[in-house]
Amino acid sequence: MVDRTPVIAGIGLSDCPKAPHLDAVGHHVLAAQRALADCGLAKSEIDGFMCAQGDFAQPDNAGTMAEILGINPRYFDGTAVGGSSFELHVQHAAAAIRAGLCDNVLIVYGSDLYTQSGTNPGFGAKKPGEAVPGVLQFEAPWGNSLIGAYAMAAQRHMHEYGTTSEQLAAIAVACRTHAALNPNAQYRKPMTIEDVVNSRMIADPLHLLDCCVVSDGGGAVIVTTAERARDLRQPPVYVLGAASAQTHWNISQMPDYTRTGAERSGKEAFAQAGLTPDDVDTVQLYDSFTITALLMLEDLGFCKKGEGGPFAASGALQLGGALPLNTDGGALSSCHPGMRGIFLLIEATRQLRGQGGEAQVEGAEVALACGSGGWLSAMGTVILGKDKA
Amino acid sequence: MTNVTTPADAPPMEGRPVPLLDASTRPYWEATLRGELLVQECPECDHRQFYPRQICVECGAVPGWLTTGGKGVVHTFSVVRQNGAFPFNQWTPYAVAMVELDEGPRIMGNVIGCEVDEVRIGMRVEVDFVPLNDEAALPFWRPAG
Repeated sequence: MVDRTPVIAGIGLSDCPKAPHLDAVGHHVLAAQRALADCGLAKSEIDGFMCAQGDFAQPDNAGTMAEILGINPRYFDGTAVGGSSFELHVQHAAAAIRAGLCDNVLIVYGSDLYTQSGTNPGFGAKKPGEAVPGVLQFEAPWGNSLIGAYAMAAQRHMHEYGTTSEQLAAIAVACRTHAALNPNAQYRKPMTIEDVVNSRMIADPLHLLDCCVVSDGGGAVIVTTAERARDLRQPPVYVLGAASAQTHWNISQMPDYTRTGAERSGKEAFAQAGLTPDDVDTVQLYDSFTITALLMLEDLGFCKKGEGGPFAASGALQLGGALPLNTDGGALSSCHPGMRGIFLLIEATRQLRGQGGEAQVEGAEVALACGSGGWLSAMGTVILGKDKA
Repeated sequence: MTNVTTPADAPPMEGRPVPLLDASTRPYWEATLRGELLVQECPECDHRQFYPRQICVECGAVPGWLTTGGKGVVHTFSVVRQNGAFPFNQWTPYAVAMVELDEGPRIMGNVIGCEVDEVRIGMRVEVDFVPLNDEAALPFWRPAG
């Protein structure tokens, strides 16, 4: 009986966090090459392809990316829900592999956001005074920024639970502490709670240092069967659970500004894995903003709803604590080219392989990655294990 | 033409993104010219919703319209102090709120008529329309008197 348990066998990063020599296509290609080299799988063996660029007008759109790479998949997935797309890809890859629809899946991402900075007009209107179609005609006239959208969740959480700026800042500080250990992190200089709360306010109550960095970067993950992984270069990392949940898309439609779909995706992923939050050794959570990670800590069950602030401030999230967070430095300090989900999977895999370097979590056996797409909208939770169960 | 008049402290309109009316949203924007704020109400299940769309999100029926009293409370908000996008880069800081209408649905808008630092969750606000063009007036929110 062939063991079709899905495993992550290969991972690869492109040149991050600043790479003026690469465009978005180049980031995809380099990350894919490195993931293939990491595991030793031949490109010709890839029969499943997943990519989150859904805009046909872009040179790195999913169909074209497969063509550029010379991959003709029998299983194709272009799910594009923002930063969590890659957690959803793992969910879909795991199901497809178990079902025998494909054997070796390449999930790939790349972006030159930093190098292109200043050329992106943002969401809604593409030029001043433009007529905006669809639901955004009820948001665009008011000038809410992307940061302002997440700020609305932070503001409501503070109102309901008394969460403080200092508690949110503890998340940014934990990430910076880990970034200092990562030679490839964008910002590595040590930082204090005071540095965060004294940084300039961008959108109340989020300060500059509550916000993720803007980077170039790409990443690739290869999912295959436990059977195939036996002959590959790296120890397999098992996909123990993978689930997703969307509660809304646009921020004006968020049903409860203090709760995300991670409540549902987390519950389902833990049930699949037969594990509880107590079993998790490290978490890689999408920290687009400090509030994003804080809501996930609560929604995934690492602390009770409303207690994310004190939990973050307790020191649990730093290396040596009970639940080290974003051991590569996260989006807040390390790398954020626009959609960070792939990096969560790569860092979780490194930790379970024991390749975490100075940021290695001692004895890590179970890691959880949770992506957030849109405006706290589409959540994807993946639980990975060093062992099968 | 619009029945609503421009308040003395109206925010600037020049360069502001404008709505592109479609079959679902035209009745809403036409009502703004009369100084009325509409939400949708389902004739089958009584569910109320905003933004306007072709389907009741609860039961799947075709929604009708309800004229609101134009009053509500700030459910959550942010004060945008940095925005690189023209024209908003000229207007910072400004408050963007989710207003929970007395009728139930929430609507996004700017709070005017007070300092941005005075905006609070739970604050009662009422709508004030500012003429935009021949098709729409924009609903702004000010502290309820």
